[in-house]
Amino acid sequence: METLIDFVLLSFLVLTALAVAKMNDLFAVVMLSGIYSLISASLFLDLDAVDVAFTEASVGAGISTLLFLASLKLVGRYEKRTRYRPMLALGVVLVTGTLLIYGTLDMPHFGAADAPVHQHVAPRYLEDSKTEIGVPNVVTSVLASYRGYDTLGETIVVFTAGIGVTSLLRVSRRTKREERGKVPADMQQQIILRVVAKWMLPLIMVFALYVQFHGDYGPGGGFQAGVIFAAGVILYTMLYGLSTTRKVFRREMLEYLAAGGVLLYAGVGLVCMFLGGNFLDYNVLRHDPVHGQHLGILLVELGVGITVATVMMTIFFKFTWRTVKHKYFVK
Amino acid sequence: MNLIGLYNYWIVVVLMMIGFYVVIAHENLIKKLVGLSIFQTSVFFFYISMGKISDATPPILDPRFDLYSNPLPHVLILTAIVVGIATTALGLALVVRIQESYGSIEEYEIQTQDTQDQMESQLEAYGFRKKHVLSIQNLDE
Repeated sequence: METLIDFVLLSFLVLTALAVAKMNDLFAVVMLSGIYSLISASLFLDLDAVDVAFTEASVGAGISTLLFLASLKLVGRYEKRTRYRPMLALGVVLVTGTLLIYGTLDMPHFGAADAPVHQHVAPRYLEDSKTEIGVPNVVTSVLASYRGYDTLGETIVVFTAGIGVTSLLRVSRRTKREERGKVPADMQQQIILRVVAKWMLPLIMVFALYVQFHGDYGPGGGFQAGVIFAAGVILYTMLYGLSTTRKVFRREMLEYLAAGGVLLYAGVGLVCMFLGGNFLDYNVLRHDPVHGQHLGILLVELGVGITVATVMMTIFFKFTWRTVKHKYFVK
Repeated sequence: MNLIGLYNYWIVVVLMMIGFYVVIAHENLIKKLVGLSIFQTSVFFFYISMGKISDATPPILDPRFDLYSNPLPHVLILTAIVVGIATTALGLALVVRIQESYGSIEEYEIQTQDTQDQMESQLEAYGFRKKHVLSIQNLDE
């Protein structure tokens, strides 16, 4: 049954990707890529990657589509027809594809339990993490503890991308003054949406916190929680306007928090060093190593969640402010 | 069964090539970014497919189960997805800035403008006045 679902979803993915390649209405392309992400999330679920499915559903089908739509508003909706027939590109693609398929021929078959990937570190994680870390969700213990360095790096990459977007799309004070107290005009009539969103917002936030702190026991964790939290705020912003949201989530606060999340993560590592362990070795945080691991993972995931949430919000706000600027100052 | 066992990897290759084709054959920068994200997700499927074991459960420990899929690819891909959206956002920000300064996001038009600027500045360096400089369109004719 699992294999059947796998087949069907993969075929859907290919069809969606072909449609994306074919269309030249970018709005349709972006919507299709949202659908593509949703199918991917279902596929990940089918392949036992519950945490990944969670992330893909909130990132790919949610935030990514939104960012593409915001930029479409700035750059125009239609792709110009290509002037020449791209036979060369097609040739390159076909040759590369054939070589890659040739390369898959001696790979272990899908679902094989004796494949080399399952022999090296994975059995150790699955067998020992219960006693070493004491957290049922092995993905969380690998993410935050065994491979904590890696995750610290990824968090810094997210933070850096936030800095990059912030410096590329700066907002002038003039734009902010112009927008003060305004609500998006086309949203003012959407009473049902506005009322429902007001009720949904606290639920989304509570759910984000649940995902954050339940990540040790079930699918979830800082990355997913951060994105869900940001999605809630973004929903509110779309319906009530930037200047309303800005009263709560001020720019300075978001910037400090984004840096604070990374600092919290790295700070936990430093504290471990001061207490006589290695960098990010949580065993020394408490008298009992397993308790230390619990505390370390909790703090580190919190740092990740804060950074991801604030960076995602910042990025969305920057794009939206840009559309506001275009509305008032660019012809 | 021999061929069906590799179906996932072949689809991964097909998706990757569709993404690759969009990146190299299309002129529009937004379309290129969408292609790039299709390329990227194909790598995600590759990793996750390799981590799957038949009849296993997700890697959340429970005394009732003893066969779990490989958690390591999940960790790698989970973080890669979030990093992917962050870098895509950076790419989109660049596209927006390109649109603002060139008035277009079609690669060919951007290149034409760049070539023209370069020619003008070179000719100016040889002592031509700006108004005497031919535009690249005139040269084409």
